[in-house]
Amino acid sequence: MTDRLEDALRRGARGEHVAAGTTQRLGARIAAESLADVTYAPVDSPFGSLLAATTKQGLVRLAFPEEKVDPVLERLARHISPRIVESPAQLESVQRELEEYFSGARRSFNVALDWSLIGPFGRNILRVTSEIPYGGVLSYGEVAADAGSPRGSRAAGNALGSNPIPIVIPCHRVVRTGGAIGGYGGGPDRKRWLLELEGAVRARAGAGAPARAGRDRTRTARPSR
Amino acid sequence: MSVSSALPPFQRFLDEHRDVVWRFLVSSVGPVEAEDCFQETFIAALRAYPRLRADSNVRAWVLTIAHRKTLDAHRARARRATPVEDPAAVDGRAATSEPWRDETLWSAVEELPARQRSAVVLRYVADLPHRDIAAAIGCSEEAARRSLHEGLSKLRKVVEP
Repeated sequence: MTDRLEDALRRGARGEHVAAGTTQRLGARIAAESLADVTYAPVDSPFGSLLAATTKQGLVRLAFPEEKVDPVLERLARHISPRIVESPAQLESVQRELEEYFSGARRSFNVALDWSLIGPFGRNILRVTSEIPYGGVLSYGEVAADAGSPRGSRAAGNALGSNPIPIVIPCHRVVRTGGAIGGYGGGPDRKRWLLELEGAVRARAGAGAPARAGRDRTRTARPSR
Repeated sequence: MSVSSALPPFQRFLDEHRDVVWRFLVSSVGPVEAEDCFQETFIAALRAYPRLRADSNVRAWVLTIAHRKTLDAHRARARRATPVEDPAAVDGRAATSEPWRDETLWSAVEELPARQRSAVVLRYVADLPHRDIAAAIGCSEEAARRSLHEGLSKLRKVVEP
């Protein structure tokens, strides 16, 4: 024992861990005073826990369960603001709408979106995509053409693949021309599952070619065509 | 913009430093006032966070803010001037098998002049080096060492009479 006083000071510090209630009160105050630029929380889904992040403008990111949380948050810190805190209360409406969607009770989302992680080309592609109605599908080429890039179906595929807000911006509704389902950021099985949920693809018993029945509705739904 | 030069998300910063800030605050002002100081420290840190340089010593930075909040708390306490008769009753600090009762030591820490108190707590509770203690309390490293030794001498008189 070198020094009993110094040992006592080192050992005897109170409150080794801050109480959960104290950090909850901090979180509530940050929310009440809108001090965070980005808030995030896990939200439930049939795929597992999704990470949802919102800004003051709206939902900015929805990440599938296998995406690591830290890189997702670090990207938000670099591109939007490092003032990022976890706050489930801010994501309640997102959670509720997703629950309704996954149960089949909701066909379109009302939550506001923040497009700031999406570049100009991606915005054109994803705006067209966001207008494909529930139950409908378009091909990559059709989406590219509608976005004003008739030869850009490959680039459209890339833009769809990096959609930061999947499910809500329904990039799963864009499929290959020949009837194959095409790729998906969350994996093709989830894409098929979502299309089956929406009734755009018949449940797996059959050959699994995406039904194109929704296309007519799609076209009539958009006055530009 | 390289990854290494980017600030981590604030939540990560909070998760990493909240316990050391809490220990510093409880040791400096007791658990009751630590509650408010904790909120004020991290609210101030959140406001200033985007202006922080990514390569700065964030632990020393947040403890600097916490130190300033304890000064505010002590000033407010001095204005109220209502001494607490039994700190153990308020703080929930229990006696231990130590040769001196813990509340004796920590009450003595709380009574130290602000600079000495922060120097002692930053050194032994937050484990900061002298240079960071000096930065946190806003003085030279030499003055920080002096404050630390003066604070320890006073505490010795209390706990090793």
